Amino acid sequence: MSHTPNIDKPALIRALQQQLPAELILHEQEALRPYECDGLSAYRQVPLLVVLPENAEQVQRVMQCCHRLGVPVVARGAATGLSGGALPLADGVLMSLAKLNRILHIDPLNRTARVQPGVRNLAISEAVAAQGLYYAPDPSSQIACTIGGNVAENSGGVHCLKYGLTVHNVLQLKLVTADGELITLGAEALDAPGFDLLALLIGSEGMLGIVVEVLVKLLPTPERAQVLLAAFDDVSKAANAVGDVIAAGIIPAGLEMMDGLAIRAAEDFVHAGYPVDAQAILLCELDGANEEVSAHLARVRQQLLDSGATEVRTARDEDERTLFWKGRKSAFPAVGRISPDYYCMDGTVPRKRLAEVLLETSRLSERYQLPVANVFHAGDGNLHPLILYDANQPGELKRAEDLGAEILELCVRVGGTITGEHGVGHEKIHQMCVQFSSTELNQFHAVKKAFDPQGLLNPGKAIPQPRHCSEYKALGSDTLTAPSARDQGARKGV
Amino acid sequence: MTMPSSDISQALIQAVTEAADRRQPLQLCGSGSKDFLGRTPSGASLDLTGHRGVINYEPRELVITVRAGTRLAELEALLAAEGQMLPFEPPHFGPAATLGGTAACGLSGPRRPYAGALRDFVLGVTLINGRGERLRFGGEVMKNVAGYDLSRLMVGAMGTLGVLLDVSMKVLPLPEVERTLVQECDELQAIERMNRLAGSPLPLTAAAFDGLKLFLRLAGSEQGVAAAQTQLGGEILPDGERFWHRVRELEHPFFGNDRPLWRLSVAPGSPPLALPGKQFIDWGGAQRWLVTDQSAERVRERAIQHGGHAQLFRGGERAGEVNHPLAGPLLRLHQQLKQAFDPKGIFNPGRLYAGF
Repeated sequence: MSHTPNIDKPALIRALQQQLPAELILHEQEALRPYECDGLSAYRQVPLLVVLPENAEQVQRVMQCCHRLGVPVVARGAATGLSGGALPLADGVLMSLAKLNRILHIDPLNRTARVQPGVRNLAISEAVAAQGLYYAPDPSSQIACTIGGNVAENSGGVHCLKYGLTVHNVLQLKLVTADGELITLGAEALDAPGFDLLALLIGSEGMLGIVVEVLVKLLPTPERAQVLLAAFDDVSKAANAVGDVIAAGIIPAGLEMMDGLAIRAAEDFVHAGYPVDAQAILLCELDGANEEVSAHLARVRQQLLDSGATEVRTARDEDERTLFWKGRKSAFPAVGRISPDYYCMDGTVPRKRLAEVLLETSRLSERYQLPVANVFHAGDGNLHPLILYDANQPGELKRAEDLGAEILELCVRVGGTITGEHGVGHEKIHQMCVQFSSTELNQFHAVKKAFDPQGLLNPGKAIPQPRHCSEYKALGSDTLTAPSARDQGARKGV
Repeated sequence: MTMPSSDISQALIQAVTEAADRRQPLQLCGSGSKDFLGRTPSGASLDLTGHRGVINYEPRELVITVRAGTRLAELEALLAAEGQMLPFEPPHFGPAATLGGTAACGLSGPRRPYAGALRDFVLGVTLINGRGERLRFGGEVMKNVAGYDLSRLMVGAMGTLGVLLDVSMKVLPLPEVERTLVQECDELQAIERMNRLAGSPLPLTAAAFDGLKLFLRLAGSEQGVAAAQTQLGGEILPDGERFWHRVRELEHPFFGNDRPLWRLSVAPGSPPLALPGKQFIDWGGAQRWLVTDQSAERVRERAIQHGGHAQLFRGGERAGEVNHPLAGPLLRLHQQLKQAFDPKGIFNPGRLYAGF
């Protein structure tokens, strides 16, 4: 990328002060420190400075200014991302969209909400609940994460098995381009003329433009939702039951799996009533019309028993249903209580390979002598192995990273992908070399260039340079792990 | 069930490479069932129908990967034999329609507002770009955010960015039962009702208005459909399947004339468009078919007012801009993306817009 490495900071501050009120520009070291990392805090970098625009026009002015001066820009929402996608650059501006946090319009008849990017995911569903509507994608971080970040990462969640990812639930974006123009992609209608740039932008990790407004699709709240909890004495049986349920012709709203380590950690933390002696549990949510849910519950219960469940429980009431899900949604922090640090992976594999991938992961866990807890979106085949480690033990972070890399490469080997919903970011850039050929990477770079010829938006993330991949492949993973973790020492995993 | 299968990708790569060397424009051809769409095709024909057959289908995984020249009818029969379907209910516009052509045109049928569009079910593609390189994006898994989503970018690009070799798609179980209810009402009531119902938890999978009657299709388990039917009232349409087939294929009597046909894609709850002429409403109000004497400018202006765009879908002057004009910065982005995939400009030049 062609941005200038040596930027005159005082000159940049003066230039930005002509575009923004001075209090919206942070440049003192102490004020910058909170922006040094996102949810993947093993990687840290204090930015050159931080801007906090309050509206789309200010975003445009900042981009025009940075474009003129050749200064790179990293956009940031709530910084809950788990791949270092919002990791700042030492010689770049970090743009926080947190102040663009208004819900602009709710349209019950068209089932849409027009929101600014800094609006929290859950706040949308809360704002439209009275109309019997909700916004479907529900990442575990939904209480904190913002819709702008969700767009950048194409976030999923527990319910995307039935209701899709961010790309399936967004109708329109307003976007500020690298040179500061404001463009609109998508429409209030179901499609728009020309190329599907809306789909291209969603999940582009802040590399193609800065989202300043989002029109999301809202869905009617199902008449009834019910959850089944199935316990298994064997991880493989649970993994195979996932495919059995779907093969029975029923698409659950969510189908989640937790292994023994995760079950016990979650149970100690939130007392969800999980069977702590099980090797695995499945949480299967069915929703829809009351009568339909009743019919499907009976079928799925029988299927789970046929697939080897030792016990199948239906949540007694709404409180218990909420509690079952609370255990699942708290699983990451719960694992955080039993280990000084953990590192969360995000590979996706075909459902039929789940059992073998879990088995191989446990073998790798033994080889690296680091425990791995599994809590994940089983229905989608989207794994989240949590590698437990202690950053204060010399070499453990490195071992965790190497184990993570092996797990991701395993996912690619069985026909899957290195990331299902967390993004490549800074973290998985080497593994991109395993998944894509150099011609494919070059095509990605050509697309990037069409939007951002100077390479100013989030440079160095998501798409590696092919020459970097030849080095990675030639030297092995040892030499090229991101230096920031090494140099600055990691505190808490994620 | 057996289906013809052949892999001619090597020959296609060679043909593209040679055309790029000579800057020879290519017209990417499936069965020709959608030749009427877009701007007038030009360039030397590159026949893709020989690249056909199933690469991978595992019903348990809800995923199918087929070569782009595979006939849509054969694909749907294969899925139906396993109790599955393409959830976006694509129109064929001809018995030999191919999946590749359908994907390139980005066509979805009546189920679109409730299940999603073709692009929503695309998991991955293999394509040949304008440099003659074979590239694979996405994959066969449900969630994949590694790299930009170039698979979905191909959908609706009218073959201007690359030659689709194969497409991986998510498929879904066929509903246990489908039932269509019909009731008389006026246009305003129909639009209002379609949208109110879409905002309530009903197993709705299609909603159309023919000018006199509102047609609502329910699908799901027998219990769920029966409960919704009681709630909605109205008469059961005896041959609902045939009705939706004719709507999907533009074979409903409304479409039975040679006059230019406009497709207005608007916010579904938009009030009656109040344009002179005849109208048929599908997609729960989001897709309005119009036969009118009004000027293109006036039709487009009205679509914009209602949050959408207008496309001269069939008939009329096909050498002109049949697709909705793009604003300046957006057009530049399109041209730069075209350059990124097809630097010599050989794929279907001018098919989508005159500029590329």
